[in-house]
Amino acid sequence: MIELVDVHKSFSNTKVLSGVNFKLSKGESLAIIGGSGTGKSVLLKCILGLIKQDSGLIKIEGIESKIQDRNTFYNKIGMLFQGGALFDSLTVWENISFRLMRGKTKITNIAAKEMAIDKLRMVGLNAKVANLHPSELSGGMLKRVSLARAISGDPKVIFFDEPTTGLDPIMAGVINQLIRKIVDEMGVTAITITHDITSTRVISDSVAMLHEGTIKWLGKTSEIDKSGNPFVEQFINGRPEGPISQT
Amino acid sequence: MNPLQSLGHITLNILSDIGKIFLFTISVILNIFRTPFYLKELFTQILNIGYFSLPVVGLTTIFTGGALTLQIYSGGARFNAEAVVPQIVAIGMVRELGPVLVGLMIAARVTSSIAAEIATMKVTEQLDALKTLSTDPIKYLVVPRVLAGIITVPILVGIGNTIGILGGYLVATKTLGFNWTSYLQSTVDFLEMSDIISSLVKGSVFGGIATLMGCYFGVNSGRGARGVGNATKSSVETADILILATNFLLTGVFF
Repeated sequence: MIELVDVHKSFSNTKVLSGVNFKLSKGESLAIIGGSGTGKSVLLKCILGLIKQDSGLIKIEGIESKIQDRNTFYNKIGMLFQGGALFDSLTVWENISFRLMRGKTKITNIAAKEMAIDKLRMVGLNAKVANLHPSELSGGMLKRVSLARAISGDPKVIFFDEPTTGLDPIMAGVINQLIRKIVDEMGVTAITITHDITSTRVISDSVAMLHEGTIKWLGKTSEIDKSGNPFVEQFINGRPEGPISQT
Repeated sequence: MNPLQSLGHITLNILSDIGKIFLFTISVILNIFRTPFYLKELFTQILNIGYFSLPVVGLTTIFTGGALTLQIYSGGARFNAEAVVPQIVAIGMVRELGPVLVGLMIAARVTSSIAAEIATMKVTEQLDALKTLSTDPIKYLVVPRVLAGIITVPILVGIGNTIGILGGYLVATKTLGFNWTSYLQSTVDFLEMSDIISSLVKGSVFGGIATLMGCYFGVNSGRGARGVGNATKSSVETADILILATNFLLTGVFF
């Protein structure tokens, strides 16, 4: 379903990814955890094809992410960005149905709005929100609308970049449960970039610990507390002392 | 780093920037002819760039036309050539001041706005979001803005020229004692079609430059508020310089 083989990426003289490998089965939810500056976002952008990896292979549903025909690739995926990345000039429903109102699959405005309202209900928001602009939404609503946009094209794979960043613990819990529900109900494969351990436990089936551009541990979420891996133990317990230095 | 190394470093950076701008321009030109076409976006940008720039263009050119008339009258009086005021104002506005002033005002108003908007979209990951929604930012954001600039700025130049000449006419007839019919007759008789064509061609080129620079620096902006600020500043500086340099080249062509 998703396969990464020996992925490398450097910026100038700084090595960010140094041979990342993993394979994710269909319907599985993986959380990639790690401290700030460990290459999580770069890895995600490489998987999405937004940044070209220097070497290595990335495949999603058998399609290589470096391909020229981006639309075939992007039609299979949904993405929840850290800050939402909603388009300010468009209303909520126009944001959600953005993909369906343009290009070859273009549908009418009425059908697009109905679809958007349907997706809004899936993420626990009512139809009144549809006509608002992103600037009129709270942080939690913004995340939910972004989530609705991510699932608007019925994707096969969904990516979540720090889905709970900037939210209060209760709203973070709501978003976590919502993501879990959507992943289970839609049967999609999911990759979540996070450093929120609570979120990791709810959202994911498996966890990859990324540090200095390589995966230090990969295992089931249920086994994370007894991983025996010093990187994972330091990270989940939030200890300043350990192999992960904070410079 | 010694002075020679610094000079080499600066030269390489400038050449690199020129190369990037050239490649970006080629990419935009190719995308103008490729589907999908975002006509709604184009119409929105025609309104933003053209219609909403009318007040600033009108005010700039009417005052400049008036001032130009006073200057030419004052200079002409030194060798008893006051009668040439209508002709010189007309040719000065149409061939030179109209297109350059409108170009510079568009750079100040539109280039900065485009650069800030697209740079903010980049910083907030909206450009990445567009890509993941199967939409090419060049086609969706850049092409409609550049096309709108190429289409609307010559129209603004035409309107600016007319208002500038009108400003000169008002000053000449109300304060300098010119006869209003003979002033207008002199203006109309003196202007040639080639003057108007050169003015509109300049407007179209300047519109393309102004919008292209806004888009280029927006798409290539750095991170954070500083990145947005630098993109905005650089876009206006580069657009202004390119407009003035291109004006010189085009004036040579139409001379």
